[in-house]
Amino acid sequence: MNILTLLVVIPALTILGLIFTKGYKQARLLSAVGMGLQFVATLYLVYMYFQARGAGNTDEFLFEQNLVWFKSLNIHYHVAIDGIGVLMMLLTSIITFAGVFASWEVMDLAKEFYIFLIMLAMGVFGFFIAQDLFTMFVFYEIAVIPMYVLIGIWGTGPKEYSAMKLTLMLMGGSALLMVALLGIYFNSETAAGLHTFDMQELSKMHFPFAIQKFFFPFAFVGFGVLGALFPFHTWSPDGHASAPTAVSMLHAGVLMKLGSYGAFRVAMYLMPEAAVYFADFFLILTGFSVIYGAFVAVRKTDLKFINAYSSVSHVGLILFALMMFTKTAFTGAILQMISHGLMTAMFFGLIGMIYGRTHTREIHKMGGLMKILPVISATYVIAGLASLGLPGLSGFVAEMNIFVGAWENPNLLNRVFSVIAISAIVVTAVYILRVVGVLLMGPLKNPEHANLPKVKWFERVVIILLMGSIVGMGTMPLWITDTIREGLVPIMEKFVH
Amino acid sequence: MIQGIGVTDFFIISTLMFFMGVYGFITRKNLITILIAIELILNAVAINFVIINKYLYPEGLHGQIFSIFIIAVAAAEVAIAIAIVIDFYRTHKSVSVEEGEMMKY
Amino acid sequence: MDWSYTIWIPLLPLIGFLIIGFVGRKLPYPVPGLIGTTGIFGALVLSYITAYRYFFVANTAGSFEPIKGVEMLWMTFSDKLHFNMGVLLDPISVMMLVVVTTVSFLVHLYSIGYMKGDPGFGRFFTFLSLFTFSMLGLVVATNLFQIYFFWELVGVSSYLLIGFYYEKPSAILASKKAFIVTRFADFFFLIGILVISYYTGTFDFLTLNGMSESTLASVGSASFMGMSVLALGLTLAFIGGAGKSAMFPLHIWLPDAMEGPTPVSALIHAATMVVAGVFLVARLFPMYYHVDGGSVLHIIAFVGATSSLIAAIIATTQMDIKRVLAFSTMSQIGYMMLALGVSGYEGHHGLGYTASMFHLFTHAFFKSLLFLGAGSIIHAVHSNYMTKMGGLRKYMPITHITFLLAALAIAGIPPFAGFFSKDAILDAAYMHNKIYFWIGWFVAGLTAFYMFRLYFRIFWYEDREYHHTPHESPLTMTLPLMILAVLSVVAGFVFFYFLPFGTYITPTGEEFHMHIDYFLAGISVLVGIVGIVIAWIMYFKKNDKAEKVAKAFGAFYKWTYNKFYIDEIYMFVTKKIMFGIISAGWMWFDTYIVDGSMNLIGNTTVKTSHALKKIQSGKLQDYVYGVVLGVVALAVIFIYIWTR
Repeated sequence: MNILTLLVVIPALTILGLIFTKGYKQARLLSAVGMGLQFVATLYLVYMYFQARGAGNTDEFLFEQNLVWFKSLNIHYHVAIDGIGVLMMLLTSIITFAGVFASWEVMDLAKEFYIFLIMLAMGVFGFFIAQDLFTMFVFYEIAVIPMYVLIGIWGTGPKEYSAMKLTLMLMGGSALLMVALLGIYFNSETAAGLHTFDMQELSKMHFPFAIQKFFFPFAFVGFGVLGALFPFHTWSPDGHASAPTAVSMLHAGVLMKLGSYGAFRVAMYLMPEAAVYFADFFLILTGFSVIYGAFVAVRKTDLKFINAYSSVSHVGLILFALMMFTKTAFTGAILQMISHGLMTAMFFGLIGMIYGRTHTREIHKMGGLMKILPVISATYVIAGLASLGLPGLSGFVAEMNIFVGAWENPNLLNRVFSVIAISAIVVTAVYILRVVGVLLMGPLKNPEHANLPKVKWFERVVIILLMGSIVGMGTMPLWITDTIREGLVPIMEKFVH
Repeated sequence: MIQGIGVTDFFIISTLMFFMGVYGFITRKNLITILIAIELILNAVAINFVIINKYLYPEGLHGQIFSIFIIAVAAAEVAIAIAIVIDFYRTHKSVSVEEGEMMKY
Repeated sequence: MDWSYTIWIPLLPLIGFLIIGFVGRKLPYPVPGLIGTTGIFGALVLSYITAYRYFFVANTAGSFEPIKGVEMLWMTFSDKLHFNMGVLLDPISVMMLVVVTTVSFLVHLYSIGYMKGDPGFGRFFTFLSLFTFSMLGLVVATNLFQIYFFWELVGVSSYLLIGFYYEKPSAILASKKAFIVTRFADFFFLIGILVISYYTGTFDFLTLNGMSESTLASVGSASFMGMSVLALGLTLAFIGGAGKSAMFPLHIWLPDAMEGPTPVSALIHAATMVVAGVFLVARLFPMYYHVDGGSVLHIIAFVGATSSLIAAIIATTQMDIKRVLAFSTMSQIGYMMLALGVSGYEGHHGLGYTASMFHLFTHAFFKSLLFLGAGSIIHAVHSNYMTKMGGLRKYMPITHITFLLAALAIAGIPPFAGFFSKDAILDAAYMHNKIYFWIGWFVAGLTAFYMFRLYFRIFWYEDREYHHTPHESPLTMTLPLMILAVLSVVAGFVFFYFLPFGTYITPTGEEFHMHIDYFLAGISVLVGIVGIVIAWIMYFKKNDKAEKVAKAFGAFYKWTYNKFYIDEIYMFVTKKIMFGIISAGWMWFDTYIVDGSMNLIGNTTVKTSHALKKIQSGKLQDYVYGVVLGVVALAVIFIYIWTR
C-alpha cells in the first residue's frame, strides 16, 4: 500500500477498532497503540523521504497515488508529498501521539472521545497529503467538524457557546473557501478540456488576473479564519479555553496550521499575482495581529486565554512572514508552523496537567507551584522560554528566519511592520515572565495546593515527546531548514518575475 | 342557454360566492362556519364548471361530470372535516379556529 | 597550528550543565558543585593553553591575526546569509576567555562554600554552568548571529540566576525587570543586526571588520533620518550592548539584579555579562571607526561618560552595599565605553581601545573580588545594609584585607591594578576631548570616595554588638578572595610593564608602546586620595558628619538617593501607558469590538430568525390569508406582464 494512504488508513482502522472496545482502559490502550503505529509510520515516511532524496530523486512530489473518485466531475483521490508536507506530517503525528497520553485520564465516554479525537487527526493527516483540492476540502471538513462534538461534550466552562462559536466561524471560513475552490475549478481547463481540482495541474495553469483578484481573498480569508487571521481570531480564545487538553493541543498545534498551510499552498501558490496585489493589506492585518495578540495576552489572567492570545500573536507571525515573499521568510513561516505547533501543544498539555490538579486556570488563584510540581513547572518555564525565542529552542530558529526574511523585502511598509512585529518579542517576554512569576515562583499562595500529586508517567511521555522535539529543532535546525528550502524551490518560481 | 341571462351574470354570481367564501374562511372563527365557507367556494367553482360547459362547449359534458365529482369530493371532505372538528372539540372544548395553533413555529 | 580543540572551551561547561541538570541535582552536597567546577576548570586550562599558544607561539611577528578555530554551518538563512557557529580567536576573545574562565572558576569554587546548605544547591550550579557556557560562546562568536544567540542565552541564565530565590517576591520582580529591560535593548540589537547584514550581506566579523572605509560607504550609501544605514545599524547594535552593559538610561535592571545570590553578582554583574556590551563594541571596533567617520563612537563616548558620572553620583548615597557595588560597576563600564568612544585606530591613537580592554581585564578581578568580599560579609552579618555593619575588621581579617586591596585598586592608587588601566583611559580621553577627561577625573574622585565610604563603614566606624558573632568564611570562600586579591594587585603592573597590553591588544593587531603621562596620572591619583580622605573624615569614626552633608545637599541628595527617579519614570511608562492604556485598550477592543461584532453577527441571525418565525403562527387563517394575498399578487403581476 502507498505509504501516504497508509497514514490515513491507520487512523481509520483505529476508529473502527475503537467502536468495538469496552471501557476506557481498552479505548485508550487501542488509541495509544494506533497512534503509536502512526508515529512509527510517519518516522518511516521521513526515512523513506530522505532515502529517496538521497538516491537522487528530484521529483517535486514523492509517493504519488492517483485514483479517480468522481469521474464526471474529474475529482481524484490524489495524494503525494514534498519536504514541507513530510515535516507537517511528522509534527501532526508527534502531537497526536502526545495528545493520546495527555487525555489518558478521560473516563467519561472515553471510547467516543478517542473516536472523535482520532477522526480529527485523520482529517489533518489527509489534508497535508492531498493534492486534489476537493479531497483536501473533504479532509479539512473531517478535521474541523469533530471539534464541535469534542468541545461541546468533554469541554469545560461555557462549552456550548464556545463550541458553537468555533464551529460556526470555521464553517463561515469553509464557505468562503468553497467559493474560492469552485472559482478555481470552473476557471481551469486541462488539456482534455475538463475542469480540474488537481493542484499540480492547476499550478501549471495561469489564471487571468481578474479571476485571481476576485477569488484570492476568498481563499486566503477562508483559510485565514482557521489560521486565526485578525480579526477572525476570536473563536480561538473561547474555543481553546473550553476544549479538553488533548483537543486544545491538537487544535492549536496542528489544526490552526492547516489554515496557514492552506493559505500558503492553495491561495498564494495558485494565485500568486493576486497574492502580491493584496500583500500590503494582509501585511497590515497580520503585522498588527502579532503585536496585538501579545499585548492582549499581557492582561489576561486565565492560563488558556493567555496561551490562546499568544497563539494569535505567533500564528499571526506565520501569515505575516507569508506576506514577505522572500524564500527566507517562507522558510521561517513553515518553521514557525512547526515550532508553534510543538510549543503551544506543550503549553496546553502543561496547562491541562496543572488544571487537572488545581481545578483552576486563574493565575492569581495559584502561586509558588515550582516547589510543589517541579517537573511540570520547569517544563513550563522552558516552554515559555521557547515561546519568547530563546536560542537553542525551536522558537528562535523560526523567528530569526522570519525576521531575516522580512528584512530582505526592502519596501518601506514591510520594514515598518517588520519592526512592529519584532517589537513583539519584548511584549512576549513580558507576558511569559508574568505567568512564570505569578504562577510558578513566589511563596505557595493556596495552601490546598501543598499536596498536589507528582507528575505521572503518561505526563512524562507528553513532556518528553514535545520537549525533545522542541530542543531537537532548536539545536539542530539545519536539516529542517534545508528540507524546507528544497520544498520551496517550485513555489518561489511563482513569485520571481 | 338560458334566455335573458348572459354568461357574465352567472360569473358575477359565482365570483361573489367565491369571494364570500374566501372572506368567510379568513374572518370567521367558528370551524363550522369556516366549513360552510369552504362549501361556498367549492360550489362557486362547481357553478363555473357547469356554466362554462353549458355556454361555451354545449356539445360536451365534461364540466357537468366534473362538478358532480366536486360534489362527491366535497361530501367526503365534509365528512372528514366534521370528524376533525368533533375531535378538535373534544380536545379543546371549543370549535374556535384560534384555539388550533399548536402547530406553530 | 590546530585550534579545533578550542570548541571544548564552551562545550565543557555545557556538558557540566547537562550532567548536573539531568542527574546531578539530587546528588548530595557538594557533588553538583564539584561537577560544575570540574567542567569550568577544564575550560580554564584549555583557555590558558590557548592564550599561551595564541600570544606567544603562533604570532611572533608582533602582529596578531584573527584565527577561526572552528566554524560550521548551523542554519541557512538564504543563499547569501548563513548562520555559522564557530570559535574566533583574536586578541580580545582570547583575553576574554582568560577573564571569563578565571573569574567563573573562582566563583564556582566560592559558591561551593557560599551555597552550602541551600536546598537549590544543584540548581544553582546548573544555572551557573549554563551561564558560563553561554558567556564563553558569546566571547568566541565568529559572527553577529552567533553573538546574538549567546547574547540571549546569557540573558536567560542571568534571569534564572537573579530569580534563584524564587520564593522571594523582590527576586522575582528583579529577574523579570532584568530580562525585560535587556530584552528591550536586544530588540534594537536584532534590528541592528538585520540592518547591518542586509547592506553588507554578511554576519561574519572578519568580513565586516575587514571592509575598508570606501567599501562601507558604498554598501551603506542609503541613508535614514540623516544617518547612513550602517551607522544606524551600528547605533542599534550599540543600544543592545548598552542594555546588557547597563548604560544610562537602560541601567535600571542592574541594581535590582543584586537580588540574586552574591556569587552570581560577582560573576555576571561585575566581570562577565555586563561587559558584553563593551565587548560587542570592541568586537566591531574597526567597523564603528570606519562607518561615517566614526560618528557612532561619539554617541558611545557620550553615553559612557554620562553613565559613569550618574552612576558614581548615585553610588555615593546608597545604603545597600551590593547596590553601591552595582552602581560602581555601571560607572566603571561607563569608563570602558568612554574609552572605546574616544579611541582612534592606528598606532598610539588606538590607546582608548587598548585602555578599555585593559580596564575590562583589571576591573573583572577587583570588582568580582569586591562582590565576593561583600558576599562573605553578608554571609556573616545576614544583611545587605551598611547600617547593620561596622567594625568588622576584627572578625573577618582575610575579607578585610582583600576588600581593602580591591578598594585601593578601584580607587586608582598606584601600584594596584586599577591605577594603570584607569590612567590609560584618562590619557586616551585627554587626547580626544578635554571635557571627557575632566568628567573621568571627577568620577575617579567619586569612585575613591564611595568605595572608601563603603570600606570604612563596614570595617571601622563603630564597634557594635552583633546578634550572632560574625566569623571568617570557610576556605573555599576565602581562597578565591585571596587569589583575586593577588590578581588585583599585580594585574596592573604586570600587564603594563612586563606583558604590556599595548603589545597584544590593539585595534589593528599591531603593537604600540604604552607609557604613563605623569601629569595626568598625578592629578588623578591626587583626586583619588582626596576622595579617600573625605571618606576617612566622614566614616572612620562614628559621627554625624555624613548626615550633615546630606542635609546640606538637600533636594539633590534626595534625588540621588532615589536614583533620580528613573525607575519611577520607567514604571510610569510601562505600567501606566503600555499595559494600562495600550494593553487594556486593546483588550477592550478585542472583547467588545472584534469579539462583539462576531457575537453581533451571531445574535443578529438568531434575532432575525426569532422575528421571522412569527410568520409561522400556526393559525390556519393567517396561512390562507397569505395564500390569497399571494394569489392576488401573482394575478396582478401576470396581468401586468400580459397586458404590456
